[in-house]
Amino acid sequence: MRRKMRAASLLIAGSMVLAACASDETTDAGGGGGAPAAEELRVGLAYDTGGRGDRSFNDSAYTGAAAAVDALGGELQEFSPNEDASNRGEGLASLAEQGFDPVIAVGFNYDEVIAEVAPQFPDTTFAQVDGSNADGAKGENVTGLIFAEEEGSFLAGVAAALKSEAAHIGFVGGVESPLIQKFEAGYVAGAQAVDPQIRVDRQYISPAGDFSGFSDPARGQIVAQGMYDAGADIVYHAAGGSGIGVFQAAAASGNRAIGVDSDQYLTVDDPALQAVIMTSMLKRVDNAVEQFINDYAEGNVEGATDVLNDLSTEGIDLATSGGFIDDIQGEIDEYKQQITDGTITVPTTIE
Amino acid sequence: MSGLRRVALSLFGPVLAVVVALVISAVVIALIGEDPARAFGVMTDLGDSPSQQVQSIVVILNRAVPLFLAGLAVAVAFRMGLFNIGVEGQYRLATILAAAVGAAVALPGPLHVLLIVVVAMAIGALWAGIVGVLKVTRGVSEVISSIMLNFIALGLASFLLTGPLRGSPPGASIITTSEIPESGRVPSLNGVLTALGLAEPRSALHGFLPVAVVVGVVVAVLLQRTRFGFDLRATGLSPSAATASGVDARGMVVKTMLISGAIAGLIGLPDLLGTQYDYGTEFTAGLGFLGIAVALLGRSSPLGIAMAALLFAFLDRAALPLQFADIPASVVTIIQGTIVLAVVVANEIARRLALRSAERAGATAGPGPDPGADGAPPPTAPDGGQRARAGVPGTSEDVRR
Repeated sequence: MRRKMRAASLLIAGSMVLAACASDETTDAGGGGGAPAAEELRVGLAYDTGGRGDRSFNDSAYTGAAAAVDALGGELQEFSPNEDASNRGEGLASLAEQGFDPVIAVGFNYDEVIAEVAPQFPDTTFAQVDGSNADGAKGENVTGLIFAEEEGSFLAGVAAALKSEAAHIGFVGGVESPLIQKFEAGYVAGAQAVDPQIRVDRQYISPAGDFSGFSDPARGQIVAQGMYDAGADIVYHAAGGSGIGVFQAAAASGNRAIGVDSDQYLTVDDPALQAVIMTSMLKRVDNAVEQFINDYAEGNVEGATDVLNDLSTEGIDLATSGGFIDDIQGEIDEYKQQITDGTITVPTTIE
Repeated sequence: MSGLRRVALSLFGPVLAVVVALVISAVVIALIGEDPARAFGVMTDLGDSPSQQVQSIVVILNRAVPLFLAGLAVAVAFRMGLFNIGVEGQYRLATILAAAVGAAVALPGPLHVLLIVVVAMAIGALWAGIVGVLKVTRGVSEVISSIMLNFIALGLASFLLTGPLRGSPPGASIITTSEIPESGRVPSLNGVLTALGLAEPRSALHGFLPVAVVVGVVVAVLLQRTRFGFDLRATGLSPSAATASGVDARGMVVKTMLISGAIAGLIGLPDLLGTQYDYGTEFTAGLGFLGIAVALLGRSSPLGIAMAALLFAFLDRAALPLQFADIPASVVTIIQGTIVLAVVVANEIARRLALRSAERAGATAGPGPDPGADGAPPPTAPDGGQRARAGVPGTSEDVRR
């Protein structure tokens, strides 16, 4: 109700602005984002495939955006693409066209789309989660919100190697894409930093171009089960919604697993699965999005830059819920320190 | 009178399906606490300003073109009684190879585009041809082999994309092939729109639209006005009867699959040549499967498929304004799902009605048509010899005999 009232009043305000501009045909009509602090905040949030309710990074982005909008006041408009995501570009453009500012795109899949749309709406401020725009190639009005996933994955690898009794661990990736390979590279490097002889089984659920691997718990379970059967006792997943299958395989075989993105010990419903989640690699999309909206409201967004979220900014971290890794926390903190001060450089690609 | 009745009967299925789907969707919308009338109002509202309205129409047309081609590819096989589920793999493989060839060569404009189109059609035909050959030489059900070939095609496309055909720099999040140069692109039709006095839309209207129309006309003529089309439909209606009257059923299976695959090869081209210029990990997937739904709804006739594709495209566009009106866009998915489900049921009802009227008419005309094939369609299908069975088209295992 409150939102509707606000929307109505905004509509009236918006049409007044429009009338004042007297530019009913130009594509940037209603943009009017010149002085963000002066008018009410209208945030557009365009999700990646899966949309709201994926219990993964789309939801995380929502949490951050909702927190910011709650604190600052204003309106949040969401957009979930259709199943094959063919209307991504149209959705992003519509958000900008209807005067939402800033517009935040979630996911690297917006790479090409945002580079096309952002220049069409030069007065709108854009941000892209998981997409770099350090070189400004996507437009002067786009900020990249990127994460050092390899650093958190490195710590996950450290924890797994320290905790593994079989010196044999596993990694399940959702889709064999450059982004998920960052997780894999960091994880393997972390595990080998602890134990150079450790065996790390690695497998992806679906090949590049087939995004089903992020939403297929059944196949996640089969892949993880294969690793546990082969003797691995801890498996780290970077497979979005398929991760539940990895937890199920861990619970069924009496082994352990490491979650990803959010603190999955807290988000998983089933106590039996909760018991196997040793830790989670935290990728705080929510913090990054909230921070970006706050920056925007304060007028601190430059565009054509990247905001890097890593261990030093706590945008990336390792969860401690459940207390399973309390005994090795000291060692983990040492590695963390070495990464933040540059003693250890974590690889982002697998050789 | 009987002609009118036939038309009425052939329209009965799809219209009933759409109505049933709308009613079910209205109930669902009401159940989630939204106003169905408002939801449908939002869905049909194309925008306030002229440019927004034109933009909405462009979005619908751009979506309808690949859906139409996908439906057509599926339908050609349907009419023959073949269930080509492999359209998905056929177009993905065709698109990536066409993209690679298009990026590798430099030719004068029209020739360059022509080469890309020919390559795409050839690859699609080749991949579908495997299904046909397996069926006639080994008796492998085309349903099984085309599903299996989908997995192989997608795996192969992935391998090619990440390996030999990778054109994007290492580390880029979206992996793509190299871009097709300017000469291999199809210009947009926005100039035509503005020449017609319409507002300039934000997006480009696919220049591939006329090509799709031509393909649709060619397929319609081929099916309805040629010897080949007659053989195809005859084989689809009753393989044994067609064989008995001298149709080479085995040859027909292979030829039909080749045509179906060739059309499937075109599905990715509107996007490839009109907007993307390369094939990448985020290239629209799943059109081959949507094509099955579109072909079912369009009752495998080119005109019907065009209508079905436009309807699906219209519903897809509606997902956007619905979200802006705070109504879950899943409403669209529910409508699409119920339409397909309802069309299967409605087709069956229409078939039985036709069967009953045919039985009445044929009471004097002698014994039943085809004792061999179980559950064969009636002699006078509601749409004049068009395959009228609902759901899975006949698995014509006896095609070989």
